[in-house]
Amino acid sequence: MREELLSLIEKNSRIDTKDLAVMLGKSELDIINELQKLEDEKIICGYHTLINWEKTSLDKVTALIEVKVTPQRGQGFDRIASRIFNYPEVRDVYLISGGFDLLVTLEEKSLKEIARFVSEKLSTLDSILSTATHFILKKYKDHGTIIDEQIKDEREIITP
Amino acid sequence: MKNLLSEKVVGIKPSGIRKFFDIVSEMKDAISLGVGEPDFDTAWHIRDEGIYALEKGKTFYTSNAGLKELRQEICNYINRTQEVAYDPISEVIVTVGGSEGIDLCFRAMINSGDEVIIPQPSYVSYEPCAILSGATPVIINLKPENSFKLTPEELKKAITKNTKLLVLPFPNNPTGAIMEKEDLKEIADICIENDIYVLADEIYGELTYKGKHVSIASIDGMKDRTILINGFSKAYAMTGWRLGYACGPKDIIRQMTKIHQFAIMCAPTTSQYAAIEALKNGDDDIKMMREAYNQRRRFLINAFNDMHIDCFEPFGAFYVFPCIKEFGMTSEEFATKFLTEERVAVVPGNAFGESGEGFVRISYAYSVDSLKIAMERFKNFITKLRNS
Ligand SMILES: Cc1ncc(COP(=O)(O)O)c(C=O)c1O
Repeated sequence: MREELLSLIEKNSRIDTKDLAVMLGKSELDIINELQKLEDEKIICGYHTLINWEKTSLDKVTALIEVKVTPQRGQGFDRIASRIFNYPEVRDVYLISGGFDLLVTLEEKSLKEIARFVSEKLSTLDSILSTATHFILKKYKDHGTIIDEQIKDEREIITP
Repeated sequence: MKNLLSEKVVGIKPSGIRKFFDIVSEMKDAISLGVGEPDFDTAWHIRDEGIYALEKGKTFYTSNAGLKELRQEICNYINRTQEVAYDPISEVIVTVGGSEGIDLCFRAMINSGDEVIIPQPSYVSYEPCAILSGATPVIINLKPENSFKLTPEELKKAITKNTKLLVLPFPNNPTGAIMEKEDLKEIADICIENDIYVLADEIYGELTYKGKHVSIASIDGMKDRTILINGFSKAYAMTGWRLGYACGPKDIIRQMTKIHQFAIMCAPTTSQYAAIEALKNGDDDIKMMREAYNQRRRFLINAFNDMHIDCFEPFGAFYVFPCIKEFGMTSEEFATKFLTEERVAVVPGNAFGESGEGFVRISYAYSVDSLKIAMERFKNFITKLRNS
């Protein structure tokens, strides 16, 4: 049931445990226990809400920053990554294969805030070789959800 | 004056579904549980393959029986799921939906006076297609106390010396009933003993929720007397592509192909290319949809149990078939009243044969959220009825 449970709540973390129990043919207690285990094991790492900020009045952007670093002896990239991800304004930090090392994203900040973060914080860290900042102009799909998708049932109302 | 119309066609009753459709269409804000097709879009990789075929200019007729590669993939699929080996050259035909396969099978096999046994409640097309082919339909009324399975006794009673073909419609639309291996063995024995052929409509074969579907063609001695009908509509959510297939003894397939060749020419080319992709890489899509259907199925069964509605547990297709006899109305009265009072459309069970009277078909090819709203309205409705 674990996988089926995860794939259900990955799409909608707000289904209540009673419904989950019915849908998966388990008792509600089983579901509650399993969720607890998944949280303890850090398989479930959080419950977030997907927001289309563009539709709000806030004038903010999302930036993807490519970072090249020199890895440190004995610690590889982990230490520099933690220096970066501890900034609260950083949303994601990924170690990446290919032309650069770390991909850092900052979400929903003003241009000024992003510029300040890159020039004053990020690029001044030891072992940062270079950064390249990209701004997201439009989100078509985010976390598996097509933004602004109009879902309409096109089927005939009654079919055999 | 000459008779303008075919008496045979005029004599066929219009579908009960059509009648109800006209009522529902008047109602703009109704939510429907009346749909007999998946709510999922066809998986993108399958659609993409159709688009690619168009881009590449694959816009011509295919061979009458269908693309050879597709027939090969169909045979591979049946072999891996049922361990039955069909020859792609002589034992398979690609059709315009399972619908065409059903029609072709009757037309290729029936001589006037032949009897075709049709268990009901079942899909609406068997009886009219059988009649159009000149057959005499013999109806078996399946019973809720047998979980709407076909029992050996029922079958034996329906057999006469003129019986040629048995329609075996499982997993069943509208009841959701399935036939398991043990059930099929008993049916197979009777068919062999009485030299009866089987038209096995296994279009919902991928949608079972209690072990894997077993095809009657996989039972010893049955491959030679089974015409297996299947298609892409339900398993791959491809209803609009209009694609299905039939597998069976080569003498029958050859005659079916002859009719198909003159009446249809070939199944849609774009769809055939997409279907190759479906069979090659679509197993995960099926799994995802089957899981979702199963969740909704459990949700509905649970809701009906909570309401103390008499409803046997279906293990196939995407329908539940609750009994509404306690309310003292016909299925049509119930469905019409439910629609006008609560704005929810369900299909009256009698649309699938007389033995569907007293039941309604509820489709769960809808999101759980819609089902939830619909079940709340169902509850309101029956509470009012019970208190009145
Ligand atoms: C039992 C059954 N058989 C056959 C069909 C025909 O499907 P298609 O012609 O789309 O393959 C349907 C469609 O609803 C069905 O429910």
